[in-house]
Amino acid sequence: MNPRQFALGIAFVALVTVPYWMPGIYYVNVASQILFYAIFAVGLNVLVGYAGLVSLGHAGLFGVAAYATGFMLQSGYGHPVSIIVALIVGIASMAVYAVLALRSTGIGFIMITLALGEILWGLAYRWISLTGGDNGISLHTRPEPFGYSLASPSTFYYTTLVVFVLSVAAMAVFVRSPFGAALKGTRDQPRRMNALGYHVWLIRFWACLMSGLLTSVAGILFVYYTQFISPQTLALTSSAEVLLMVISGGAGTLLGPIVGAALVVTVKTVVSGFIERWNFLLGAIFVAIVILMPEGLVPGSTRLWRLAWRQMEQKLKAVPAKDTLGPPP
Amino acid sequence: MSALTVTGLSKSFGGLRVTTDVNLNVAPGERRLIIGPNGAGKTTLFNLITGEITPDKGTIHLFGQDITKTPSRDRPHLGMARTYQIITLFPRDTIIHNVSLALLGLTPARWNPLIDIKHQGHLIEHARTALERVGLGDIADRPLSQTSYGERRRVEIAMALAQNPKVLLLDEPFAGLSIDERRDVQQLLLAIPRDVTIVMIEHNMDVALEFAERITLLHFGEVIVEGNRAEVVADPRTREVYLGH
Repeated sequence: MNPRQFALGIAFVALVTVPYWMPGIYYVNVASQILFYAIFAVGLNVLVGYAGLVSLGHAGLFGVAAYATGFMLQSGYGHPVSIIVALIVGIASMAVYAVLALRSTGIGFIMITLALGEILWGLAYRWISLTGGDNGISLHTRPEPFGYSLASPSTFYYTTLVVFVLSVAAMAVFVRSPFGAALKGTRDQPRRMNALGYHVWLIRFWACLMSGLLTSVAGILFVYYTQFISPQTLALTSSAEVLLMVISGGAGTLLGPIVGAALVVTVKTVVSGFIERWNFLLGAIFVAIVILMPEGLVPGSTRLWRLAWRQMEQKLKAVPAKDTLGPPP
Repeated sequence: MSALTVTGLSKSFGGLRVTTDVNLNVAPGERRLIIGPNGAGKTTLFNLITGEITPDKGTIHLFGQDITKTPSRDRPHLGMARTYQIITLFPRDTIIHNVSLALLGLTPARWNPLIDIKHQGHLIEHARTALERVGLGDIADRPLSQTSYGERRRVEIAMALAQNPKVLLLDEPFAGLSIDERRDVQQLLLAIPRDVTIVMIEHNMDVALEFAERITLLHFGEVIVEGNRAEVVADPRTREVYLGH
């Protein structure tokens, strides 16, 4: 067992036992938030990290899935139907995003996704008959799959954890697969990939749909968690926040977005209880990350850890060498 | 039947005519050299043949099949491979991963998101063979960022060869190489079997002339001289626009 597997094993045990060691229900809820925001960040990372396409409109997709769930439940449909419809609506919205935004890459892609996100936010505000406008939509119940009620914080946490583990496992398989390799290839050398026989546009399109699926899953978990959805969720600040989770944790890594989500959610919910100007603190943390580990927390810490380890090894080797010198004359 | 036929190919960028009515007929197994001064439109001609740029006029046939309208991404599947003058590789990955991507590009497995690429034994084996062919078998697992310029040139060629092309387009494969490295690459190109047709752009006349059977001289996007080695070298127009006196 290597150190990485060991650390992951510890983290997994810690996650599974959260309701037993967390000091209160409030913290179990924070853990749930971290997990579904982590799914959201992992979904965005498919584009930002592996496809090299930065989206600033993902909160729109997250919100669309949440609204679709709320609207279906409000219209009297059951949970399974609502969830499936929300997934379809979320992925379909992503497909529209992709068709419009994949006409370009780089700044062009950012601006088109930003505009689309703003359109969805505007619709959430103005299309009152569908979204309830400013008042939003409230959910009255959580699902009870096979009689397992998600009403309590710990049962909701465990359900979120299962979905989270499945999502991360799917990503782990995905990034090692030929398709994952092809996607990373289109990020680094799109022209060469085309010349090697790859359909660059279609590869990016499928990656968008995968990102849309994870984002929708996170949006559905979010709306069941808060049991309320309003236009605020679709705002540009939410898109920027999840992008910061990805970048601060480490874009293009499996664990980076998860660590980034944990950081942002913890500061936003827990630390904000102690420090009024938590935005300032979060900003300072981001600046520190950018200066000290521009590649993100996960790859940055690995680099520093290796550096420290190597120096320690050298010191250990240097000590016996000194002894062989013998006493000074 | 010709391996590659280019008929009346023209391309302008605005008012600049980069390719003017170019005709090219390359026989199967031939080694064709394309020469010309800087800005003659040699690389543009390659970009037109591979489909990265769409021609304004003219047609391109690959073994009799009209591929003028075939998307560039489909041309490797028809047996066309190219290398780049400016090295275009995947710097974050290992050498063997670079070659694996070339192989994967021609198989349906490239769409598979569920299998582990490291467990694709035949793919890795095939990539390793391709690297041994260019003399890089020993350092196959080295990250590309830790390789020399000369090694990268050979990775470029290995990726093209791995695709088992019928027509291979080499864009200045000797550019920036030392004398020793040039000799290595020359050996490597001479060892390519005759069922591969090769069209090469090259400025290094000492290595290129030896390799070429027929030579096409481009100047301002037009074919000025074409013929076998001796004819083209002896032609006064070649001396005027290219070789100098």
